[in-house]
Amino acid sequence: MTTWHDQSSATYMKLDRQREHKVNWQDEPPGGVILRPGNSKEFSTGDWRAMKPIWIEEKCTQCLLCWPVCPDMAIPVEKGERTDFDYYHCKGCGICVEVCPFDAIDFVREE
Amino acid sequence: MAIREKLSGNEAVAVAMKQIEPDVVAAFPITPSTEVPQYFSQFVASGQVRTEFVAVESEHSAMSACIGSQAAGGRTMTATSANGMALMWEMLYIAASLRLPIVMALVNRALSAPINIHNDHSDSMGARDSGWIQLYSENNQEAYDNFVQAVRIGEHVDVLLPVMVCYDGFITSHAVENIEILENNKVKEFVGEYNPKYYLLDENRSISLGALDLPSVYFEHKRGQAQAMIDAKQVILDIAAEYEKLTGRRYGLFEEYKLNDAEVAVVVLNSTAGTTKAVVDKLRSRGIKAGLLKPRVFRPFPHREIREALSHVNGIAVLDKAEGFSSAGGPLFIEIKSALQGVSDMKIVNFIYGLGGRDIRVEHVEDVFMELKDRLAGDEGNMVNYLGLD
Ligand code: SF4
Ligand code: SF4
Repeated sequence: MTTWHDQSSATYMKLDRQREHKVNWQDEPPGGVILRPGNSKEFSTGDWRAMKPIWIEEKCTQCLLCWPVCPDMAIPVEKGERTDFDYYHCKGCGICVEVCPFDAIDFVREE
Repeated sequence: MAIREKLSGNEAVAVAMKQIEPDVVAAFPITPSTEVPQYFSQFVASGQVRTEFVAVESEHSAMSACIGSQAAGGRTMTATSANGMALMWEMLYIAASLRLPIVMALVNRALSAPINIHNDHSDSMGARDSGWIQLYSENNQEAYDNFVQAVRIGEHVDVLLPVMVCYDGFITSHAVENIEILENNKVKEFVGEYNPKYYLLDENRSISLGALDLPSVYFEHKRGQAQAMIDAKQVILDIAAEYEKLTGRRYGLFEEYKLNDAEVAVVVLNSTAGTTKAVVDKLRSRGIKAGLLKPRVFRPFPHREIREALSHVNGIAVLDKAEGFSSAGGPLFIEIKSALQGVSDMKIVNFIYGLGGRDIRVEHVEDVFMELKDRLAGDEGNMVNYLGLD
């Protein structure tokens, strides 16, 4: 008999992050259906980064050309102005660096 | 009262589909399965069913549409054969792994190349590891009965797996036989409403399906899928028992024909089992204790039950209508051999037969039994043989 609980799938991303593989196969919903959609937000893709974008606020004109090209929505915009990178999700692809017309984004090796 | 009808195998399955009246049928025509969606689209056009019929542009799209529809929460069906199913390949695994109980009529036909439209089992045997439940049908009646039961098997909460109902192209699909069908309301009552626990159009609960599954949980999901296949065996038996109450027709994991006291037996799937029954009767009249085991359920494979049913038999010939190219025998042979692992004093041989629709007649099956008797008398021979080829 297979059983499953409604919350288990929602917690597995967190478990993955902590590298604690404590998921019980019997508790997983069939087919890996995700019962709390949108939980990919909880998954850290920031640790995939080899290169890191650095925002140079003084040079930034707030043209916002970088914001729509980021594939990970890692450039938060508040009240019409960009703020510092969301490093929890930024994968360091460098597209924003390429696009910025004002050299307001530096690109350095991730330490 | 059951209704007596003269129907081809394809018609019988299309009628079962009409009686079940699924939410969606998505299909692409391919010989010899074409008639199933063809008849069914006529039922749709004439307003006999309210099913949404999706005429897609390929079988890959057919199975993709089935997956989308079943995931959305609709009961969904399709039909195909041979290369059509080969084109569904990627989606077959996805349907099973997402645990979507789609029901498919798989009208067995040889896979290309060289191109051939006639019957063998290379198509369904190739898909035996795709995670679909596989039911095999000897004749039109069994194709109809299996198709009705397939809905309940796949949708059972302990199973949630797609089911393919296999029957022989042309031999079963196009030959007309007298069969008994149920009244529409009896079928509707038997299959009931489709009430999935999780579905994409559920307005009270949002879910995501088919997301990235990393090493930390993918294995768990496969283990759950394996359990569903294990648990399916009991579900298949329970549903067969319920169906027997309704129809008087008995189904199990396999059929035994004069196997109880048999000294020599043939194991064979689908329509050739009918031919074999005639041979068994003939040999019995000559005092030879011949018998037959016809698997109905190939996935999940009932290893333990088959072992119990066959362990007293001295000589067994497994007939495979698919090569398999393992170099160690056909797919059915390999399963039967593994089921009988360790049973002593038993000869098991394999005969590959009927590829690409090569006719198999009473004489051929008789030859198989005679060869078995010779082997038991001490004749040496190959483990894997090609019936009718020199
Ligand atoms: S593209 Fe450069 S200048 Fe424009 S908002 Fe982004 S960082 Fe600032
Ligand atoms: S480096 Fe790539 S992922 Fe990171 S903020 Fe820039 S565009 Fe987004």
